Amino acid sequence: MNINLTLVAQFLWFFAFVWFTARFVWPPLMRAVEDRQKKIADGLAAAEKGQQELVSANGRVEELVRGAKAQSQELIANAQKRADEMVEQAKTAAKTEGERQIAAARASIEQEIQQAREQLRGQVAQLAMTGAEQILMREIDPAKHKDVLDKLSARL
Amino acid sequence: MAAEHAEHALTPTGYISHHLSFLTKPVGDTPFMSVNVDSLVMSVLLGILGIGFMWLVVRGATAGVPGKRQAFVELAIDFVNDQVKSIFHGDIRFVAPLALTVFIWVLLMNSMDFLPVDIMAWIYKNVFGLEYWRQVPTSDINTTFALALAVWVLMLYYTVKVKGLGGFIHELFCSPFGGNPLLWIPNFLFNLVEYISKPLSHSLRLYGNMYAGEIIFLLLGLWAATGVAGTIFGAILSTGWAIFHILIVALQAYIFMMLTIVYVAMAHESH
Repeated sequence: MNINLTLVAQFLWFFAFVWFTARFVWPPLMRAVEDRQKKIADGLAAAEKGQQELVSANGRVEELVRGAKAQSQELIANAQKRADEMVEQAKTAAKTEGERQIAAARASIEQEIQQAREQLRGQVAQLAMTGAEQILMREIDPAKHKDVLDKLSARL
Repeated sequence: MAAEHAEHALTPTGYISHHLSFLTKPVGDTPFMSVNVDSLVMSVLLGILGIGFMWLVVRGATAGVPGKRQAFVELAIDFVNDQVKSIFHGDIRFVAPLALTVFIWVLLMNSMDFLPVDIMAWIYKNVFGLEYWRQVPTSDINTTFALALAVWVLMLYYTVKVKGLGGFIHELFCSPFGGNPLLWIPNFLFNLVEYISKPLSHSLRLYGNMYAGEIIFLLLGLWAATGVAGTIFGAILSTGWAIFHILIVALQAYIFMMLTIVYVAMAHESH
């Protein structure tokens, strides 16, 4: 265990190695490590942001779906209402038309009855006159006996 | 196993002292003016290997998905970074690379203890023609003391840089007991002991652990001299010690790094 010049040589080599490490080894690697740390931090932040955006997008989608549902329900309700209205309208129209037709038919029947009555009245009057002619054996002048005939047909 | 030391007397003392001899080249007249070539070459090679590997990986480092090698280097750097940040509160741009260098370098130098002593001695002798070659630089007091001294110098530098020369001298005399003039001498003595003991304990702790580990490997290697049964027994014990030594190697490198951080951090704190 002799102390000799080796000590001085080792001393100098030590500083040479330390200088080299401090100059060429430590800083570049630390830079790389720090760059990577920053990258990872950025990536995590981006992931976090993406997550938040997904949540908000989900919320938006839900809102849209809810809106669409409400709208479609409204549309359906409207259509239902409109259909009901149309049916109602059609019913009313049909009823009115039916009533009108019934009324028309009644009127025409009434008219025909009236006509037939008139005819019958005429014929009955004719018949009555013919019968009276037969009975009286003479001609009855309808013009002279108009009042009588009219009185008769009015009673029929 | 000890057959390659034929030129030495085959005694336990000869075996161990052969293994513990440095390849020392004198470069001057005094005993101080000589260099332990083995410690120096091994430590510099390992330093270049460790730091160079990290440099190669870092040169191709990407901020994207890291490869396996990059992940490994990042693991080491992250480990050191965490330790530094938990102890040192300030600008870590120099302290963290310092701690990393200390950790990687000391770890690699300590790991040389795993190389089997006798096989490596044979290789050094017959492949490289080296009779003496200590392969664990941290079991050379010169290496550990150089590291501790470098940290000590940095500690002084930062103390003066942070507190100023006046602050440093003031602290030398007025802490830890107080600024009373009567206490100046005790304070100064106390600080003197602290400043001397720091590099000593820092270096001797590492040196002692690695040296003792090496000695135990050598003592277990001595079993081979007793015959086949001894060789097998020694091999089993060596394996056990090597496994346990993994802990010591890593732990001592870790402790050395932590003390480095603590000393530099203490220099930044005012009492």
